[in-house]
Amino acid sequence: MKSLTVSKAVTALMLAGLVLLPLYSQLAGNVFILTLFTRIVILALAAASLNLIMGFGGMMSFGHAAYLGIGGYAVGMLAQEGVGSGFIQFPVALAASALYALVIGALSLRTRGVYFIMITLAFAQMAYYVASGLARYGGDDGLTVYKRSDFSGLINLGNRTQFYYLCLACLFGVLFLIWRIVNSRFGLVVQGLRSNEQRMQAIGFPAKRYKLVCFVISGMMCGLAGALLANNTDFISPAVMYWTRSGDLMVMVILGGMGTLFGPVMGAVVFLLLEEFLSQITEYWALIMGPLLLLIVLFGRGGIMGLLGRFNRG
Amino acid sequence: MLLVVEQFLNGLQFGLLLFLLAAGLTLVFGIMDLVNLAHGSLYMMGAYFAATFAAWTGSFLLGALLALGATLILGIVLEMSALRHLYGRDHLDHVLATFGLILFFNEAVRLIWGPAGLALPLPAWLTVPVPILPGIHYPAYRLAIIVVALLVALLLYLGVMRTRIGMLIRAGASNREMIGALGINIKLLYTLVFGLGAALAGLAGLMQAPILTVQIGMGENILILAFVIIVIGGIGSIRGAFLAAIFVGMIDTLGRAFLPNLLRQVLSGAAASTAAPALSSMLIYLLMAIVLVVRPEGLFPANRR
Repeated sequence: MKSLTVSKAVTALMLAGLVLLPLYSQLAGNVFILTLFTRIVILALAAASLNLIMGFGGMMSFGHAAYLGIGGYAVGMLAQEGVGSGFIQFPVALAASALYALVIGALSLRTRGVYFIMITLAFAQMAYYVASGLARYGGDDGLTVYKRSDFSGLINLGNRTQFYYLCLACLFGVLFLIWRIVNSRFGLVVQGLRSNEQRMQAIGFPAKRYKLVCFVISGMMCGLAGALLANNTDFISPAVMYWTRSGDLMVMVILGGMGTLFGPVMGAVVFLLLEEFLSQITEYWALIMGPLLLLIVLFGRGGIMGLLGRFNRG
Repeated sequence: MLLVVEQFLNGLQFGLLLFLLAAGLTLVFGIMDLVNLAHGSLYMMGAYFAATFAAWTGSFLLGALLALGATLILGIVLEMSALRHLYGRDHLDHVLATFGLILFFNEAVRLIWGPAGLALPLPAWLTVPVPILPGIHYPAYRLAIIVVALLVALLLYLGVMRTRIGMLIRAGASNREMIGALGINIKLLYTLVFGLGAALAGLAGLMQAPILTVQIGMGENILILAFVIIVIGGIGSIRGAFLAAIFVGMIDTLGRAFLPNLLRQVLSGAAASTAAPALSSMLIYLLMAIVLVVRPEGLFPANRR
């Protein structure tokens, strides 16, 4: 029981920090940190969505960045066509992500293991090339979003603090949803499928249907992150969907602790802060980051969350 | 006609190059069960070594040979220092650890050689066009790539099918625990196989170097293609990798060459010329998706040879 309290305390500390961050930014007059953390919160949301299928569902998707692009392009393309209302943009982003997840999920879930990793990667690369071919929407160069999503006075996305809290609210909402899903009957079935699919099927659960629904939910969550990301950078380009971005998301999940609720958030915060910190001391930050990842894989099983648990147990 | 023959040969050349890369990957995967994303980095290192050594020695061939040796050594060092500890781990661990290695290699190259790309100039005797059919000339260097790659493929086939080490490799691919139990030094075998795969990747990289520029990240796109190939061909199968590599090389090259014209028949000129490259890049992934859906094990699965 004691081990739980340490990781819980650290998690609570981190969440409190996230909530109070704009206050600090205001007091210290540090605008940069707020922009940085907005990005962190959005990517934490994406990592949390990946964790739902990877950690709880056992589906190792190596193409999750595709949803970031789809959500982002939904916002960017609609804005380009003169539809600035967030009430249209966000639902479209979610619907597009869901549709994509439904199609590629139905195909990919026929395979498993490494083949699943590779086929999700292949589909994401396809999405990447489709985006590169969209001449009307910037093609390779990407698309500038001149106006952020307009929620008709309800919330102003142009205001840094308001936008940050919107992203944070989305993150907490998604985490709550994941928590509810994981502890529901549906979530238990999905976790059962991760442990032993044959047995679950023998009991009479339609394995593929459960996995597919989980896959689609995760895709929609990540699509939301994409829509927020496009608003954050005022820009969307195919580079968001490149396979190394999917790799980054995987790193965040595993770094934080796969299959734990708050692990991916922790992972995103640590990964992106580390990236920021290392790139400030040296231009060649990846020279340290790369081997660090290797060491984490070799010695840090269970990620930060696992480490916190172990640390307490002694 | 000229264009068709030329593009066909280009496709063959690209396919064979992809085979060199995919062969190492599929061996490592089939035998050690290791997903090595850093394979593309070895390809990149091969190209950088070749450009450097060729500049030092002033000879293309000598530089290429030295680069081949250097990649072999680099592969062995990499296996012994890092990857060895990943055997038997989850595939996800492999993906993550070797992803870290990609970051490391890209950055190391940027530190050592700088962010700008290098060029590997060809000697004069390799730049002349060679008549292959009456009235049809083809660059000697590309022809040389085809010959070298075919030779390596043949050697690899003979080596794997006809020698004792090859027998051990095949045995390792079908049952790892068993050959260990039979008293074979698996550690050494693994290191050798990894070194061989690294050398093949290096060879592909240094041969491609004069055609494209040598630059950071050059290994990443082609690595994904190599993965597509081994998935289509069936993981662990060299024959499958060979056929799939030729197939993918052809589709990619011919798609890039002829799709724009085909598209122009149905689309406006501007739309066609932007859509075509994207579409031909997509073709391969589409092919892979179809293969995986129809035959999830790949076309030539290794354990059903």
